[in-house]
Amino acid sequence: MSAQTEVALGRIIGAPVQRKEDGKLLQGQALWVDDMHVPGTVYLGVVRSPYAHARIVEVDVAPALAHAGVVAAWSGADLAEEWAGSLPCAWLPTEDTRAPEHKPLAVDKARYAGDAVAVVAATSRAAAEDAAELVEVEYEPLPAVVDPEAALADGAPLVHDELGTNRCYTWSLEAGEVDRLFAEAAVTVSQRYRQNRLVPNAMEPRAVFVQTVPATGEYTIWSTTQVPHILRLTLSGVLGIPEAKLRVVAPDVGGGFGSKLDVYAEEALALAVARRLGRPVRWTETRSEGYLSTIHGRDQIQEIELAATAEGRITAVRVRLLASMGAYLQLVTPGIPLLGARLYAGAYDVQGYSFRCDGVFTNTVPTDAYRGAGRPEATYAIERAVDALARAVGKDPVEIRRLNFIREFPATIASGLTIDSGDYEALLDRLLEHVDLPAFRGRQEARREAGDPKRLGIGFSTYVEMCGLAPSRILGASRYGAGGWDTATIRCLPTGTVQVVTGTSPHGQGHETAWAQIVADRLGYELDEIEVLHGDTAVAPLGMDTYGSRSLAVGGVALYYAAERIVEKARTLAAYRLGVDESEIEYVRGRFAGPDGSLTLKELALSAWTAHDLPEGMEPGLEASYVYDPPNFSWPAGAHAAIVEVDTETGAVELERYVAVDDVGVVVNPTIVDGQVHGGLAQGVAQALYEEAVYDDAGNLLTANMATYLVPSAAELPRFELDRLETPSPTNPLGVKGVGETGAIAAPAAVMNAIADALAADGVTDLDMPATPERVWRALREARR
Amino acid sequence: MRDVSLTVNGVRHELELEPRELLVYVLRERLGLTGTVVGCDTSSCGACTVLLDGESVKSCTVLGVQADGHEITTVEGLARDGELHPLQQSFHEHHALQCGYCTSGMLLAAASLLAENPSPSEAEIRQALEGNLCRCTGYQNIVDAIQAVAS
Ligand code: FES
Ligand code: FES
Repeated sequence: MSAQTEVALGRIIGAPVQRKEDGKLLQGQALWVDDMHVPGTVYLGVVRSPYAHARIVEVDVAPALAHAGVVAAWSGADLAEEWAGSLPCAWLPTEDTRAPEHKPLAVDKARYAGDAVAVVAATSRAAAEDAAELVEVEYEPLPAVVDPEAALADGAPLVHDELGTNRCYTWSLEAGEVDRLFAEAAVTVSQRYRQNRLVPNAMEPRAVFVQTVPATGEYTIWSTTQVPHILRLTLSGVLGIPEAKLRVVAPDVGGGFGSKLDVYAEEALALAVARRLGRPVRWTETRSEGYLSTIHGRDQIQEIELAATAEGRITAVRVRLLASMGAYLQLVTPGIPLLGARLYAGAYDVQGYSFRCDGVFTNTVPTDAYRGAGRPEATYAIERAVDALARAVGKDPVEIRRLNFIREFPATIASGLTIDSGDYEALLDRLLEHVDLPAFRGRQEARREAGDPKRLGIGFSTYVEMCGLAPSRILGASRYGAGGWDTATIRCLPTGTVQVVTGTSPHGQGHETAWAQIVADRLGYELDEIEVLHGDTAVAPLGMDTYGSRSLAVGGVALYYAAERIVEKARTLAAYRLGVDESEIEYVRGRFAGPDGSLTLKELALSAWTAHDLPEGMEPGLEASYVYDPPNFSWPAGAHAAIVEVDTETGAVELERYVAVDDVGVVVNPTIVDGQVHGGLAQGVAQALYEEAVYDDAGNLLTANMATYLVPSAAELPRFELDRLETPSPTNPLGVKGVGETGAIAAPAAVMNAIADALAADGVTDLDMPATPERVWRALREARR
Repeated sequence: MRDVSLTVNGVRHELELEPRELLVYVLRERLGLTGTVVGCDTSSCGACTVLLDGESVKSCTVLGVQADGHEITTVEGLARDGELHPLQQSFHEHHALQCGYCTSGMLLAAASLLAENPSPSEAEIRQALEGNLCRCTGYQNIVDAIQAVAS
């Protein structure tokens, strides 16, 4: 099998095929976890701490037990013996990373507002909710710490007393002569940015449903998860149940964006209660409960310095990051900021690179992966800092980017990784075909001269990101607890259809369609002859699931190689059946042709199944599997521009245009890819303009529901203008890269740079996200003083 | 408990409801119409949108007993005789859904909009969808799908 890129795979890969998934979703026939009804089910109500930090003095469940319909109620102490281990953190980035105990119910202390302290099981959802409110918990409130800088100060309240510090870890990387480059630099810029804390808000709330067969000790866990395989093995560890006794099913899952890449207390609780009661158990979060119990994203303080020549050529980058972990480590909490650790030089060629990140515990909801995870943060810092440098050296943002782009590929960057392929200048050129920059500057200037209070601004974001997690070897070196491979099985059925089993676990991305396109292209089946199975550990026992834009770049490539194996075996069989040498067989999409006759793959599948006449030693059946471990990450890149109008009288920001030119390698389905870009952009724009989880100093989440946290609607978002270039990835035979996170990675910087451009003449260039009217207005007032 | 009579997708149901039961749970748990889903508890998301006598309402803000004597259309009632409703077909063609969790609410909100205003502008569509959140699509393809059906 060659690892050569085959761009010209044919017309099915690259076609805007309509999705196979849609029929049931459009007609209300999806199966969501909360749709499952089984007689005898008990519903869980979780009692949560109203305090950000408090000693749990006493928990009295008796009043709840007296409530009609209540079957059982337990405190954290009551369930302590259920746990064979803590809720897992699979990524401890340094040897001395502090990983505090994290049991599904807190016993001694509640460490954030929302921390679960007791659970009630009742025969109806309503009874469970009502009874949960009757549990009497006596708390001794303690001082809380919310801000990551304050958490490191002397005398700060300790989130975990036993650790003696709130520092979780310090991770650093130093490459090149950074100090010398800074000392010799003609120009340096130093910037400080705040990454606003975000609430992922997948539209389907989290839910879990557990069925058990007490006689065999087997459990089926239906979960709104992105990671059924990871959930299975980790729950095995938390509950001490052999993995073989657990089956995890992710049925239809309504979005995740990283928030369902986790192993949650409620999943462990449902399993423990099913084990105790021998009954089916269900829990569904209310949205407001989700704000307090489902992971948040971002929440970092970033300091970035650039060293440059007088004309603005960047020589070195230095970054200091403070990342809030929240109160506990969830599945990959500490690793999230480090997914951006090597990307703070962006698309630019630098010699020196220095990065340090301190992970810090605070009395807040744990942070973890949210769309982009580490890479939006890195992109934001470098893209804003490059604009600051442009202002410092008197250059245009476009010029400064051109001056600094990486130009030779593959490119080994200062931080030590190798970018597979790209053409950053071509992306920028294409962007400027859509955006007439001189005309815009004219319009901008004219407004300014006319004294129009509505300023115009343009912002650029020329990002590169690493995704497609990931080469197992690199994950191991980064102290991640698992590999980054994925699996595919293709089973050619005797009746002319084909079953595809994938280790990825889609929850809106359209894998059933895209995977069918790959198989149709390689094996010649019609799209509706291909069944794609996923998200059930009984059907797809081996997989690494869906996150980090990995599904196509890893799982899709595994499928390509499995198809190659099918072709190989079928070719041997075809040669045997046609009585010719294998070298005489020509294979073209589903048909094996010899000098005087041919056989279709479907005919061969039937003969392999009957097995009446096979070559000596050949196994019956036409089935193949492949486990693919990528040799590198995949490296999408793009050039985005935002044009904003800022009303200096009200502070209101209006996004006039957003243009995105992306290079995500070979595109399997352009319609699906556009959809992924749209969705990512919406979340990126939302980070810049609307969303922020705000805590008060006491650790109360002030934006604790959908009415106070602004998830934008259609009315707040613009039409996005998309274009694409394709630089095939040379590391996989499909030439594909990831795409799911690009929009969320690029957009915050583009929008905030545009606002800074609009207001630079008014003296406002430092503005934090989200740029709400109030924040913009205050910054302007401050600048006028 | 109160006796309530509901007509859902043209089928009449006689039910005994507790006064506090929300329409969305009556549909989902009593009638098994799980196409209508719940996305929030602050009447913010619109995932639960249905038509009540032809007008879109958030079924998480309506009590089952309030719907007594009324006609309700849910997503299950949109397709007729095996043919997708034009909006369903258009959502499919325009890739207006990804995870699909917001889709039933979007379809019914759109149906209600088009009944009132058969040829809305893009801005009018965006305004009309203000109460329906989608976290996957960025709305663009939803807006396009609705506009394609508008006359
Ligand atoms: S569930 Fe009804 S508006 Fe959100
Ligand atoms: S398609 Fe997922 S929320 Fe709209």
